[in-house]
Amino acid sequence: MKNKAKIGIIGAGRLGTAVARQSLKAGYEVAITNAHGPESLRLTLSVLLPGAVAMDVPDLIAASDIVILAIPLNQYSTLAPDSLAGKIVIDAMNYWPPTEGDIPEFMIEGVTTSEYLQQYFKGSRLVKTLNHVAYNELEEHSLPPNTPGRRAIALAGDDEDAKKEVEVFINDLGFDPVDLGSLSQGKKFQPDTPLFNARYTADDLR
Amino acid sequence: MEIGVFSFGDVQRDKKGNLGPTRESVTNMLEAIQLAEKVGLDVFGVGEHHTEYFPASSPATIISAAAALTKKIKLTSAVTVLSTDDPVRVYQQFATADIVSNGRVEIIAGRGSSTESFPLFGYDLKNYDKLYAEKLDLLMQINRSETGRITWDGEFRARLDDVEIVPRPKDPMTIWLATGGNPASTIRAAAMGMPIAYAIIGGRISRFAPLIDLYRQAAKEYNIEGADTRITIATPGYIAEDAKDAKDTFWKAWSWTMSTLGKVRGFAAPTRDHYDAESNHDGALFAGSPEEIAARIIELHKRIGHTRHIFQMDTGQLSHKKFLKAIELLGTKVAPIVREALKNEKQS
Repeated sequence: MKNKAKIGIIGAGRLGTAVARQSLKAGYEVAITNAHGPESLRLTLSVLLPGAVAMDVPDLIAASDIVILAIPLNQYSTLAPDSLAGKIVIDAMNYWPPTEGDIPEFMIEGVTTSEYLQQYFKGSRLVKTLNHVAYNELEEHSLPPNTPGRRAIALAGDDEDAKKEVEVFINDLGFDPVDLGSLSQGKKFQPDTPLFNARYTADDLR
Repeated sequence: MEIGVFSFGDVQRDKKGNLGPTRESVTNMLEAIQLAEKVGLDVFGVGEHHTEYFPASSPATIISAAAALTKKIKLTSAVTVLSTDDPVRVYQQFATADIVSNGRVEIIAGRGSSTESFPLFGYDLKNYDKLYAEKLDLLMQINRSETGRITWDGEFRARLDDVEIVPRPKDPMTIWLATGGNPASTIRAAAMGMPIAYAIIGGRISRFAPLIDLYRQAAKEYNIEGADTRITIATPGYIAEDAKDAKDTFWKAWSWTMSTLGKVRGFAAPTRDHYDAESNHDGALFAGSPEEIAARIIELHKRIGHTRHIFQMDTGQLSHKKFLKAIELLGTKVAPIVREALKNEKQS
């Protein structure tokens, strides 16, 4: 059996720590980082995330098979364009104009935020997912595979192999992964869509 | 254990079903505060919002008026959106109200989860956290100053060079740090020696237990002299004599607000199943009969040791009459059960 992917989470807010906790529960190795350096996370890790490791951003990216972006979207450019080249990247971020203000690059008609980020993060293997579930529900709605009524999480991306690995991860977190197609299909589960923050099973999503 | 209410100034529906005048919410809130005092509640909070349905844009003004109309009840903002205000002005306004009240006024300082005040006052959401950190630092410095003369320099406000900030209340005000659950905010409160207020609007309450462990652990490690480690839990809540009536009534009110918020922020409207799951046991919604709500407060207190629980009841155009009745039940039925159950506890 293949070893589990190493998970690296950029962002130690509500979503980042919730994903970290679920990943640890599922037996993954987890690294996490924030904007203030590993030492700032010492207490958070010891109380909330025993077993996870704090790293600075370059070390975390180098050490991880799947990098999860869980920072406010308006902070994306704090990461360099070439920093994620070759990596499987989960874009768990959303553009919320009322809480982030106008960001021109995310207001381009017909281009989803994830498509923009795929262009920005050159050579990354970006998968949009985890963005449409409330952070607390990652823990509260997690269920073992084949449980009737198990909640589904949608994903979209242009790299089929990357999606396969992310599907394994989503399943281990306790949700049915549902591939909705190419990255452009991320438009189906962004804010302002019926899927956003709604509870659906895999059959509902397909 | 203190029990109270907080409100954003819920506007009423008129006879045609349209939103009524915003001015009515101001007078309604003053009536509610006086009733809360009369029925023995410990605290009333006024939460800064800037919308046609939640028009309590100026908590210090309402609190100042309420201070003159009451004698015992504590009065707090819940919250003050500090990121988009001037800490000097916030201090002056609340300090003035505190003097009117003879020392009953508090501030709960938040970053702003409703962000309508950012464009309103011309602040950039990109600076969301930096604005808050800097302004909180200044507000705390002013409040803790023994002389009232402040020297301060920062990025977002004119520097202060040995400036008098007046009037000065007899004692510093209690200023709480408000958070929706970001771990860094919990650590920030402990590092500043501040009491903390958790706003829990949904999901399971128990997910905040680890954060409260984090707060206590951080407070121990930072070991700030004179630190105040009290904990407020703020949740939606509503009480009626009959549990089913309470849940049905609050469903209508709460779901209106969540659907409206959902339209602004782009998330789907909640379902009744979701609501039913969260208005019981470990859920964040405290709608029920007095006995049921008292039992849930006691159970939560035993688990996390919070020192204050405040409820937002008037939301989604809940009728003012029902709001007043719920305040009465909270004060005359719920609070006595909770006090009786916890009377042998050491007061913190």
